[in-house]
Amino acid sequence: MSSPSLVASRALWSWLGRLDPRYPVSFLITLILVLGEARYGILGGYVRLITALGVCTATELVLSRTVRGRFASVQSAYITGISLALLVKPRAGLLWPFALGGFVAIASKYVLQYRGRHLWNPSNFAISLLVLAAPGSIAILSRQWGNDLATNAVIWCFGLLIVSRVRMLHVTLSYVACFVALAMVRSMITGGPLLADIAPLTGPMYQLFIFFMVTDPKTTVSTARGRMIVAAAVALAEAVIRLAGDFHVAALGPLYPAPPILALAIVGPLAKAIDLYREPDGAKRSVIDSTSTP
Amino acid sequence: MVHAVISPPRPWRRAAVAASFLAAIVLVIVLNRRGQRAGGDPALPKFHLTDVTAQVGINFVHHGPTLDPKVDNIAPLIGSLGASVSVADVNNDGWPDLYFTNSRFGYPNALYLNRGNGTFEDVASAAGLADVNRPGEGVSMGAVWGDYDNDGLEDLLIYKWGYLQLFKNMGNLHFVDVTASAGLRQWMNANGAVWVDYDRDGLLDLYVAGYYRPDIDFWHLKTTRIMENSFEFATNGGKNRLFHNLGGGRFEDVTDRMGVGSTRWTLAVAAADFNGDGWPDLFLANDYGPEELYLNDHGRRFILSRVGLESDSKSGMSATLGDVLNRGRVDAFVTNISERGYLFHGNNLRLNFLPELGRFQQAAEGVVADAGWAWGAQLGDLDNDGRNELFIVNGYVSGDRERSYWYAASKIAGAYGPVFEDARAWPAIGTASLSGYERSRVLVNRGLAGWSDVASQVGVTDEYDGRAVVLVDLFNRGVLDVAIANQKQPALVYKNRVAPGNHWIAFKLTGTRSNRSAIGAEVLLVAGGMRQLEVVDGGSGFASQNDRRLHFGLGQTTRVDSAVIRWPSGTVQTVARPAADQLHVITEPSR
Repeated sequence: MSSPSLVASRALWSWLGRLDPRYPVSFLITLILVLGEARYGILGGYVRLITALGVCTATELVLSRTVRGRFASVQSAYITGISLALLVKPRAGLLWPFALGGFVAIASKYVLQYRGRHLWNPSNFAISLLVLAAPGSIAILSRQWGNDLATNAVIWCFGLLIVSRVRMLHVTLSYVACFVALAMVRSMITGGPLLADIAPLTGPMYQLFIFFMVTDPKTTVSTARGRMIVAAAVALAEAVIRLAGDFHVAALGPLYPAPPILALAIVGPLAKAIDLYREPDGAKRSVIDSTSTP
Repeated sequence: MVHAVISPPRPWRRAAVAASFLAAIVLVIVLNRRGQRAGGDPALPKFHLTDVTAQVGINFVHHGPTLDPKVDNIAPLIGSLGASVSVADVNNDGWPDLYFTNSRFGYPNALYLNRGNGTFEDVASAAGLADVNRPGEGVSMGAVWGDYDNDGLEDLLIYKWGYLQLFKNMGNLHFVDVTASAGLRQWMNANGAVWVDYDRDGLLDLYVAGYYRPDIDFWHLKTTRIMENSFEFATNGGKNRLFHNLGGGRFEDVTDRMGVGSTRWTLAVAAADFNGDGWPDLFLANDYGPEELYLNDHGRRFILSRVGLESDSKSGMSATLGDVLNRGRVDAFVTNISERGYLFHGNNLRLNFLPELGRFQQAAEGVVADAGWAWGAQLGDLDNDGRNELFIVNGYVSGDRERSYWYAASKIAGAYGPVFEDARAWPAIGTASLSGYERSRVLVNRGLAGWSDVASQVGVTDEYDGRAVVLVDLFNRGVLDVAIANQKQPALVYKNRVAPGNHWIAFKLTGTRSNRSAIGAEVLLVAGGMRQLEVVDGGSGFASQNDRRLHFGLGQTTRVDSAVIRWPSGTVQTVARPAADQLHVITEPSR
């Protein structure tokens, strides 16, 4: 016998499972936006959000019509726009990083393709480009959302719930497990405090990374096992970047502001390309492959 | 069943999309490079600053604090404060003197007496103001001058990581420690203070900004949980204190009664009447949090006000006051941190629209917003053209040039607050730099045309870790010179040479019903169609205090329409047609 609340919860869970995965993902990023802005003013001005969202949406509509002859759904653009507004923090008064970042993010889906599929998660590509090509104009650590446990907990709870319903929980958990294990290794190698090496996990960059980028169905490989391996490979590449940072390797300096994002930008497309190469007919595409998040 | 028929895209469309994609990437690179240019001024600046430190006999070198070994891992970060400079005419000879603080046990502070012949002499030891950095007493973090007993001699408050110290000026360059009898012997880990007569009773009161908690003794730490609990909204700093001057050399702690006990890691504080009601307000630049404005409710209490500052959390380090656009208003400039790739907090230029809109308007952009890891700053008319320039000193820790701590700091930046509240959780900095070797900025004010960084053009090229800066006419020539205190490095004095053609006027005010130092008095100058406002300084910028004399540039005009003085007592005095190119010594009228 079930209580009414339990029945309602099950119904909700079941309904969530039937939803297009982009809806709950859109809900999650909207939740982060609203929560963060209300508590901490994370946007730094609504004009940034409007610019990023506007450019992403317009670019999606124009390019989909131009290239594919039909208008695409703008949900992916919506998520990309919010991701950029949340993560990219420019020098005072600059709006072009949102405009150009938004355009490049969406356009990358139409230009950087292999066998008809795009390789980079759009916001991952745009943020990586901005970090590497415009370090004098943008940063991605300027807001920390209060370093607050309660805010983190809400985002993690909803995040885990939603990635599990879009069947990407294994990716998130694989990455987190590998990150923690490799943080221990890094701490042993450097002799630094373990907490400092694990600490980035609670930061806003990681929340967006773990729940939106590394789990992007469009740019992950086709099998669950493969996705877990890719997540581990991303964590490993990130650990290499972080170790280089710990030992002040100057040549890799541009990678240090955003190790996970740049690790994904390096590993993700390679893995996706290999996956597509091995499965040219696309016959084994998973059910979630028809969805798209940034 | 209906199938949509979609024609394949034409190749040129894909090519066009690819071309625009590449063009956007190129544009990102171009715009980034354009923004990186220093933005020197195409017009030759009409002033030049020459380093005359050695020439004038100043050889002060700051030494940072040694700390409990429990925080050795980040000692260079914690111990990066303490270099300060403040100005006063301590012997009333008409020549401004300089006081520099040291921050290591056994290392003396310095009082450089201006001989009036272009040289200075350190008289701190004989004056009793040198040996103040002692075990058990703490080390100096800064000092502010004010005549708290209205005897015509500037007294000195030294704020410390340790016990506050108040020195009474006995005359003849002799000072006596009156801290205990004044009721000020309190241990504070303070990094800012300001003299302000908040109740307008003619006696200077004292507001001291606590940075670290007062229960922390940096040489005998009982815990390493001493750091901020958030990088954005930390509230676990030291409590600020307001001491009311009771007269008779006694002070009373009225912090709670007056509602000004912020614990937001205040690094700098300045006082002025922002809303034009005649009562001095308190503006706080807080580290790890938003700035705060406490509006003075007729001397009865202060009210933390919502004036557009509350959600803009940054790393405020300097509370600099000045009339930026010649509107006859006191605006505020607050320094922050900018580091390429990692962090763009950006400085704040808070234009004062309190009387009309009830709020400040943020106006910092370009070179004003980005000055590296900026500390002290001052607004002053360096070229006497009638508009205030902005001098900003910066740089945090200059260690090994090849090793940066920024990556290590980024690891904990996003952590849950209580993690990095513990100093032991921080990665060791070792010999690395953190925004080290930054050059100072000298921004010329072009009015509505904006600001230009002319530092290298005017001769300011040092890369010291600047903390405090003051603007003062050191040689009584009618131009503002610059003195800088650098952390763990030599102090600097820049002598200013202004191209002929521009004129100036200056005022030295002496209060009668108001406090004798006239701290808080405003002078509104109307000349050449411009209105300029300045306030007598009881402490501003970061760990600094400018000359009490007010200096105005006039540009080409020699005709000054009027100078309206609003004394702290409320008396308004108008001086009609004061002569240009001279200092006017004005005593407050009795009624």
